Amino acid sequence: MIDATGFRQTAVYIDTRGDEWIDTIDRSGDINREIKLSPEEIIQKCLETGIVGLGGATFPSHVKLTVPAGKRCDLLIINGAECEPYLTSDHRLMLEKGEEILTGTTILMKALRVTKAYIGIENNKKDAIGHITKLAEGFPGITVYALKVKYPQGAEKQLIKALTKREVPSGKLPLDVNAVVHNVGTAFAVYEAVQKNKPLFERVVTITGKSVPKPGNYFVRTGTPVRFLIEAAGGIPENTGKILSGGPMMGKAVSNPDIPVVKGTSGIVLIPADESLRNEMMPCIRCAKCVMACPLHLEPYLLMTLSEKGDFERAGRERITDCMECGSCSYTCPADRPLLDYIRLGKSTVIKMARKQMIK
Amino acid sequence: MGHTIIITVISLSLLALLAAVILYFIAQKFKVYEDPRIDEVQALLPAANCGGCGFAGCRNFAEALVKAETFDGLNCPVGGAPVMAEAAQALGKEAPVVDPLVAVLLCNGTPEQRPRTSVYDGVPDCRIAHNLYIGETDCSYGCLGKGDCVTACTFGAIYMSKETSLPVIIDDKCVACGNCVKACPRNIIELRKKAKKDRKIYVACSNCDKGGPARRACKVACIACTKCVKVCKFDAITIENNLAYIDALKCTFCRKCATECPTGSILEINFPPKKPAPEAQNETIKVNPEV
Repeated sequence: MIDATGFRQTAVYIDTRGDEWIDTIDRSGDINREIKLSPEEIIQKCLETGIVGLGGATFPSHVKLTVPAGKRCDLLIINGAECEPYLTSDHRLMLEKGEEILTGTTILMKALRVTKAYIGIENNKKDAIGHITKLAEGFPGITVYALKVKYPQGAEKQLIKALTKREVPSGKLPLDVNAVVHNVGTAFAVYEAVQKNKPLFERVVTITGKSVPKPGNYFVRTGTPVRFLIEAAGGIPENTGKILSGGPMMGKAVSNPDIPVVKGTSGIVLIPADESLRNEMMPCIRCAKCVMACPLHLEPYLLMTLSEKGDFERAGRERITDCMECGSCSYTCPADRPLLDYIRLGKSTVIKMARKQMIK
Repeated sequence: MGHTIIITVISLSLLALLAAVILYFIAQKFKVYEDPRIDEVQALLPAANCGGCGFAGCRNFAEALVKAETFDGLNCPVGGAPVMAEAAQALGKEAPVVDPLVAVLLCNGTPEQRPRTSVYDGVPDCRIAHNLYIGETDCSYGCLGKGDCVTACTFGAIYMSKETSLPVIIDDKCVACGNCVKACPRNIIELRKKAKKDRKIYVACSNCDKGGPARRACKVACIACTKCVKVCKFDAITIENNLAYIDALKCTFCRKCATECPTGSILEINFPPKKPAPEAQNETIKVNPEV
């Protein structure tokens, strides 16, 4: 099987001829709000049903739900701010499955043993804010907050800061500021797993782009080739230059539309040819726009130069591993310098070096 | 007026004298003894500072040579046997005979043989392209063609060929320092034993996929059909991970494997043309133009 980067990976091929459902999966549309399982059972269930973070990073949820000894968690944050521009999968899910998401949130609260949960939704989704706020009245402990529309707002650390003014220190996890963040998609998946006994094999994928005939959100099973999705949305328009897996900022161009949808595929964006090519790289003019843009207060121009010249030890000291690859620096650079490309290279090299040292 | 000048000259001279005396004693006290032979040996070395010997530079290597009991494992690839012999003579030791090596590219995926399936318009840097995705072709092992090896080579022995989009290694200039081997993110440059008249016979492919996908990605890929292994009388060819490898130490340049190879992934370079040319043998000699 070819993955999104084109490299061959070992995969399980499932030959399906129609659907057969086992009896334990509740396929009715009824909403079940009563939580019967204990916190431990909920975490076990998340592990069994393969729940991962559906924001895009696919971090296993049961790990996030297990608070290690010595750490304390007093707040659950549900991320309803869309991760990237163009994507609307979380927005749609909130409008259509609001009650399920809120029940899922309650389940997550129980698993974490917290009494407070915030749902952060960006201000451009007024309908979702209204809808969820209304529904949340029936769920104790859940508050909905409207957030400023900006990128990156849906990133874990940014969201925590926006909602609680707590800042996650460099190299630390949200748990170090006593919070845990989950995506709305994950909350929905947890609801389905715990209340309906359904493993995670479906997710909402946004298919969009300026020239896509029928852009929209599709409920897709993992493993579906991206080609089918694009056909469902009206086929590949003639002037398409790039197919991105993920959003326009962090998404990666795929070299082959036959790659499968995976649990982390939040969107497929088709970019027209005239917008997809890069401009010519110019010399850095030291305007420091990238420094201003960096949400993690790094110095992208410096990290790029260090990676380019191969001084990875210094790059590590300049905290290159804190970079979350949001792409704001490359986007804002007036000289069209490929900051993120080099930072990614440096970051992966620094992580590899650190691993080698650990083995020693 | 004249008075002031005299006082100034005298006081400054005294100060200088004092400083000179202090500096002299400090220099004596903190003198670092350096073996004079290090300078001697360093003068013999080529001063390329390429790092091909595995040391930080020529000075570092000279220190290692002076310290070493025997010359085993120490070799200057740039200077080769003559330089090592001179160094050995200067130090009264013996230099082991080390075969000179030359870099070869284990990929022959020209655009005709290996169709381009996508366009990469990012930074022209192999490391970044490799980090990002499979590359412009369907082969995840082959040359990315962005020229990291050309940048890494301090001897000007590699250039990118416009026709083949592959790097070309100039045998006469290559000193086998190994910088290109380290620079290549796909590890497809190998240092092989240099044969007389720069003759080379090797499997110009690094694709570890099975025959089908390998052949689909590139017409001249090694498909691990084992024909070459069977035809080789000297046990010089082995197949590992769906890829054939010719051991340069065992190979006798009989060229039977190249004739047998159905995809033409075994290259023979700098051989005189064969007398009769039956069938499609010429196809196997699709070679980067040698300079």
